This record gives sequence, structure tokens and C-alpha cells, in this order.
Amino acid sequence: MGVRALNKTLQLFCVVGLACASAPLLAEDRFAAALTVLAEGNFQAKYEAVADIEASTVPHAEAVLAALLAGDLCVRRNDGAVVMARETATGLAMVDALTGASLDSTDNAALKKIIINNKLRGRLRDALARIALAAAEPERRLAAVESLFGRRDDETLALLQAAAAREKAAQVKAALAAAIALIELESPEPATRLAAVEGVAGNMRSEVRNRLAALLEVDAEGRPKEADAEVRAAAAAALERIDRRRTWYGVIETTFFGLSLGFVLVLAATGLAITFGVMGVINMAHGELIMLGAYTTWVVQQAMPNHLEWSMAAAIPAAFLVAALVGIAIERGVVRFLYGRPLETLLATFGLSLILQQAVRTIFSPLNRSVTTPQWMSGQLIVNDALAFTANRFYIILFSIMVLAALGAILRYTTLGLQVRAVAQNRPMARAMGVRAGWVDAMTFGLGAGVAGLAGVVLSQLTNVGPNLGQAYIVDSFMVVVFGGVGNLWGTLVGGLSLGIANKFLEPYAGAVLAKIFILVFIILFIQKRPRGLFPQRGRAAEA
Amino acid sequence: MRNLVKRYPVPDRAVFVTLGLIALLVPLANLVVPEGSALHFSNYSVTLLGKYLCYALLALAVDLIWGYCGILSLGHGAFFALGGYAMGMHLMRQIGDRGIYGNPDLPDFMVFLNWSELPWYWLGFSSFSWTLLMIVLVPGLLALVFGWFAFRSRVTGVYLSIITQALTYALLLAFFRNEMGFGGNNGLTDFKELLGFDLQADGTRVALLVTTVVALILAYLGCRALTDSRCGRVVMAVRDGEDRARFLGYRTEHYKLWVFVASAVIAGIAGALYVPQVGIINPGEFAPLNSIELVIWVAIGGRGTLYGALVGALVVNFTKTWFTGYLPEAWLFVLGAMFVLVTLFLPRGLVGLGRRAPA
Repeated sequence: MGVRALNKTLQLFCVVGLACASAPLLAEDRFAAALTVLAEGNFQAKYEAVADIEASTVPHAEAVLAALLAGDLCVRRNDGAVVMARETATGLAMVDALTGASLDSTDNAALKKIIINNKLRGRLRDALARIALAAAEPERRLAAVESLFGRRDDETLALLQAAAAREKAAQVKAALAAAIALIELESPEPATRLAAVEGVAGNMRSEVRNRLAALLEVDAEGRPKEADAEVRAAAAAALERIDRRRTWYGVIETTFFGLSLGFVLVLAATGLAITFGVMGVINMAHGELIMLGAYTTWVVQQAMPNHLEWSMAAAIPAAFLVAALVGIAIERGVVRFLYGRPLETLLATFGLSLILQQAVRTIFSPLNRSVTTPQWMSGQLIVNDALAFTANRFYIILFSIMVLAALGAILRYTTLGLQVRAVAQNRPMARAMGVRAGWVDAMTFGLGAGVAGLAGVVLSQLTNVGPNLGQAYIVDSFMVVVFGGVGNLWGTLVGGLSLGIANKFLEPYAGAVLAKIFILVFIILFIQKRPRGLFPQRGRAAEA
Repeated sequence: MRNLVKRYPVPDRAVFVTLGLIALLVPLANLVVPEGSALHFSNYSVTLLGKYLCYALLALAVDLIWGYCGILSLGHGAFFALGGYAMGMHLMRQIGDRGIYGNPDLPDFMVFLNWSELPWYWLGFSSFSWTLLMIVLVPGLLALVFGWFAFRSRVTGVYLSIITQALTYALLLAFFRNEMGFGGNNGLTDFKELLGFDLQADGTRVALLVTTVVALILAYLGCRALTDSRCGRVVMAVRDGEDRARFLGYRTEHYKLWVFVASAVIAGIAGALYVPQVGIINPGEFAPLNSIELVIWVAIGGRGTLYGALVGALVVNFTKTWFTGYLPEAWLFVLGAMFVLVTLFLPRGLVGLGRRAPA
């Protein structure tokens, strides 16, 4: 007679003891006995067994209940021991339900699953919620309240009230109060209902809104569902408050989306504005420089598949360099020969854009490539149920501000910046003062192109990378330049942000396409009033 | 008669003779010369040539506004497409109950969208004369309104180019929408007949080609009359020095506006002739790329000459057909290289070859 057999005998004895309900048993013994009942008893007995397990102080009691709910609690056929068996990639991971110790793995055939029914499932959920509500960690208690939120039966109410009585953490307490108030909206006492309305009023969850709206409904005969006028008034007020706040959150969210789109536009348009402002040249290949930046990001990521998290750090300088070098090549190879003929420059650079597009199509295939978002850039920042921000858009805004600040600093504080501004204001005079205008042109073009490359890095995080990526954004970038004017970076910033936000605010009312049309028409009309944009260039260059 | 001939310089006479020969010989070679003969002109070639002559008409419109008035419009494809849509709407109404759904009142795509009645702007397009009016009026009015706003506030140079591009881009987006009632993405197609003539018939194709030639000659004469007139000289003065022309007392914006409108109307007519020959009109015609491409036809041919535009349109399009047939990958390289090389080395285009460089 081995230990195992002795154990089994003991368990059987316990069952008998439990059935007689005579001698009070120690918690551990009751736990062991309950496990045996789960393995062998009928459903009625199982209900009580679940309650016993819940009441026991055994540390892994919660794991046993969770396993039972998930269908992972089994009986080993050869010795009748109750085990928790979970499928993993390497086979069954088995844990002894009685002791919580790991066991050697067996195959499925050696196990018999303990079956449960719906009533048991409900009890298990309640038991698990109760255990979680009593957990030591406030996060787990909060999660438990969240999972119970919206349930409206009396047991839940009693459970929540008991939890609220002993709760200390303020956040959990507030969540409990809201959950209780939501249930008490159905209380027969008008005073309780009134208090409950006050209790849920600040909560942004959709269940709350739905329940409050239900209170205000009228039935077929036109009688309101809520008999008490005072409660109705309070509910209406609370509902209005919730709706107002939701609208407000919606506005914040749309502004955020608009801002991130706006900053992308600003990045895309900055290079365009710089080259136009300094050289009076429209670079139609600008969109393709953005595309090159995006492709560089993709190539860098392909080159370092094991260091995705770090690929961004490498892609940013790489994209800047690639785009800047191509930009300088365009300026030295084509644009400088067309100086003073802006319309011809426009055509020639358009030709270059076609060549670059087709080159990318030939090298990388016409199919779209997708750039993986690094782990640290994905995810959401959830403020509440009505408001959440995506992390990558945060980084985009941050990155754009950094790029613009750096660009502003270059133009403001460096020698190159001084020369760029001098050439922009008065080219012949700058040359007379010894500024090498040709070199400044090349550097300006390179700078503008490099910023376009950075815009490509940003865009690769938002959309797929394809040969037409540049074309999709070039018209918008032109609009930003036309709207903001070419005089300074502020014009581009204000122009880009206003267009981005306007676009996002119009979208819900008019749809994405119509929003775009509205904006194009608006700009066509706007340019009537301010032909040189919001921030026109001053000085002699403006008259050229 | 002698005086009439002498009025036009040699290249113009060459244009008239070539176009006249096309109008005479192509019908003969296509309809009379039997198939299989070396002199036979195939149906495919008739349609192709007709298409290119429509492009030539469009190029003429661009040359008028860019070559003579110095306004680089990157949105002339929009006027072309609007004229095309007007004709396409008439052809849709001519289908009657022969569509797939057999609805006598509504075009197929409207039945498909569950529309119950014809939108108001489709009314009248059953009538051919109303359609002709619209072909002229719609592009003309758009150009009038747009140009009035743009020229009045002195939007010039690249700003104007960008704004015209925005115009055609906005129209592109608008016409892609099904709710607009112009067939959305698919556009208008499946045309059956025009004025009772089957569009698939050989005779109709040739007749359309000859009509295009006639329209081209008339437009050419009109443009030449304009450029030779006193008004035309003011227009060229605006191109060469707008401020100076204004200081001399000319209302430059009025000259620019009327040339712009005339150019848009010609583009609209080109579109209207184009649609029955190719058998489809869709929003793709509004794409900014198309508008820029047609500027390069003019640049390659040689702007400010009228005949250069025709040469450019034909040369570029025949090259395009050859490349897209044999080396489709290379076409965009070639087109891009044309843009760069012509602007760098051929500022006067092909017809300017061998002549003195511009001062």
C-alpha cells in the first residue's frame, strides 16, 4: 500500500465526512475532499465543492477553479488524481491540483476531463471574481470590478457591496461605487435610484450611457419607464453631461489625429517650401524623394531583421542621406541649368519624378511593401473608454517637432543658414558679398530633400510603401505651401497643421474624398484673397 | 485664292495639306482598298489616328494658352475630360433600353445603384444639340469662373500651375464618387450609336476621323486668326512682360481670361471627339499626370508655333504606342527623359531644330 493509495483512502473518508457534514474539517482537508467530489460527484455536489475550494486558503485554489472553468481540470485514469493539464507547444503541462506541484507529462488518453454545466460555469465565474475582488493587488481588484461591470443581478450587488465595504484603494473604490450605482438604477426605491444616477454620472462607459438612456425611454402607451420625475430629470442631466463629455473627447481625439496628419504634411511640405523660397523652384520630384525615404526605411529593416527595435535609429539618418544625395544630384544635374525658368524646372523635375518612380518599380517591384512598426512604437495610450491615443502618432508628432526645431536652428544659427537666408532675400547682393550661391543652392536642395526623406520614414509607419507613395502626398504638400506661403517655416507649420486638422474634422461629416475636395476648393478660393499664402515672403525676392 | 494661300506661312500650309490628305486618303484606304492589300488602312489604325488627332487638338489648346499667353496650365486634362463626359452622357442616353438591365429611362450604372430617376443634370442630354451646347459651355464656364478668380487676383507662374493641378485633382476625386452620378470608377462606356450611326461600323469610324480632322483645321484657323490679330499681339505681350503690358494700359487679366476660356473650349471639343472613338470615358482622364503629359507634347513639338503642338502630340503618342507595345517597362523612363532633355536642350522643341536659338 503506497502513499498514493493511502491518500486516496483518506480522500474517500473525507467525502463520507462531508456527506455527513458532521465534524468540522481543516481547510486543507476540505480542499482535498472537494477535489474528489469534483472528480466523482454529481453537479449538485460540485456546486458545493466549488464553494469549498473558494473558501479554502490553499494558494492555488484560484488556479484550480480557473482550470475547471477553462476545461483544463482532469482526472488521471490510472490513479484518480485530479490534475490541471494545459496544452502547450511542447505537450501537456500538468500540475497536481492537490499539491500544486508540477507532474510529468502524459498524453491526452490517460486523462478524463471533468465536465461542467452552465450553472457551474456561472458559479465558477462568480467565485473567480470574488477571489479577484479580495486579491491583495489593487490592479487585480480593479480588473475584477471591470469584469463585473454591467452585471445587474442581486448576487453581484451583494458581492460588490461587500467588496466596497472593505476596499481602501481610492481608484478601486470609485470603480466599485460606479458598478454598484449602475445596479441600483433598478432599485425599487426612488431615493436609491436618484443616488445611483448621481453615482454613475461621471462614468464614461457605454453601459452607463445605455442604462441612463433606457431610463428615459417611454413605453407603448407613452408612459416613461422611470416613474419618478426627479430621477428622470437627474438621469437626463447626467446623460447630457456624459454626451457633452463624449463629444468633447471626440473633439480632442480628432484634433490629435488632425495634428499627426498635419505634422506629416508639414514634414512633407517643408522641403518644398525651402527650395521654393530660396530658389523660386518647384520640385515636382519632391514626392519621389519622400518615397525614397520610405523605401530606405524598408531596406534598412530588411538588412537588420534581428534588430527591428533599432532599425528606426538606423533608418532615420540613412533616409536623410539617401534623399539628400539624390536631391543634390537633381540640383547639380538639372535644376541649376534652368535657373530663372521656373515653369521649365517644373517640367524637368516632373520628368525626374517619372524616372525615379519607374526605377523603384523596376528595382523593388510594383507591389507595396510594408514596414514593421517596432514594438515600442505600437500600442495605445488609453485615457478612458471614450478617449485613446495611438502611440505611433505620438512619436510622429514628437519626431516632426524635433526635425522642425533642428531645421529652424540650422537656418537661424549656422553659417549655412545665414547664407541660405541671404540668397533667398537677394541673390545678386549675396553673391556680391562673397556667398557661393551655387553651393548654397545645392545645400538647400539637399536639406529640403533630406527632410523629404525623413517624411518618408514617418509615412512608412502610417501606410504601405509603394512607388506611388509620393504622388499621394505631393498634391497635399503643394496645398500646404500655397496655403502657408513660402516665406518661412511658420507658414508651412501653420498651413500644414490647419489643413491636417481641417481634413480630419471634415471627414466624419463629408467622407474622406469630399473633405479633400472641400479643402482644395477652399484653397483655390483662399488664394484669391492671399495670392502669396498666409505668410508671404517679404523683401525683393517677393517681387521676382 | 493666291492671297489666301500666301496669308499663311509654309509650316501652316504643310499642316493643312497633311490634314487634308488624311481626310481624303484614309477613307479611301480604309473603305475602298480591299483588306490584305498593302495600301489598306486597318480599322485599328483609323481609331488610333483619330485618337491622336484628338490629342493634337488638345495640344493645340495647350499651345494657345502656354505658348502664346505664357500660362502653364496643368489642368487642361480636366476640360478635355469634361467635354468627353458631356459627349459620353449623350451616348449613354442613346443606348436607351439596350443596356444590360434594359431600363429605358436610366443608364445601367444608375439601375445598379438603385436610383429611381434621372438626376436633373442628365436631363436634356438625349438631345444632340443640347449636348453640343454643353460640350462648349461646361468647360468654357469652368474656365471662365476659375480664370476670373485666378487672374483677377494675379495668381501667376508656378502658383497658377499648382492651382490648376489642384483643380483637376479635385475633379478626379469628385468623379470617382458614385454619388456624383457619372458612373464612378468605371465611367461611361458600352456606347451603341451616335446620331443613329453604329459606333462599331467602319463608316462611322472614318466619319469620326474626318470630323476630327475638320475640327482640327477649323481650330487651327481660329487660333491662327487669334494669334495674327491685334488681340493676339497683346496676348504675346502679356506672355513676354505682363507688368509692361499692364502699364501700357491693357487689361491683361481680360486677355488672359478670354484666351484661357477659348483654350478650354477647344480642349472640351477634343474630349467630345475622343470619347466616341475610344468608346469610354472614366475619371482617369482627370489624373494630374495626363495634364502634365500633354504639356510635354507641346514642349517637345515646340511651343508658341501651333504646328509644333500637332507635331509633338503625334510624335510622343506614336512613340508611346510603340513603347507600351514592345517595352512597357521603359516607357516612363523615356517619357521622363523627354521631359528633362527637352527642357534642357530643346527649349524650342522639335520644330525649332536647326533654327537659331532663342535670343
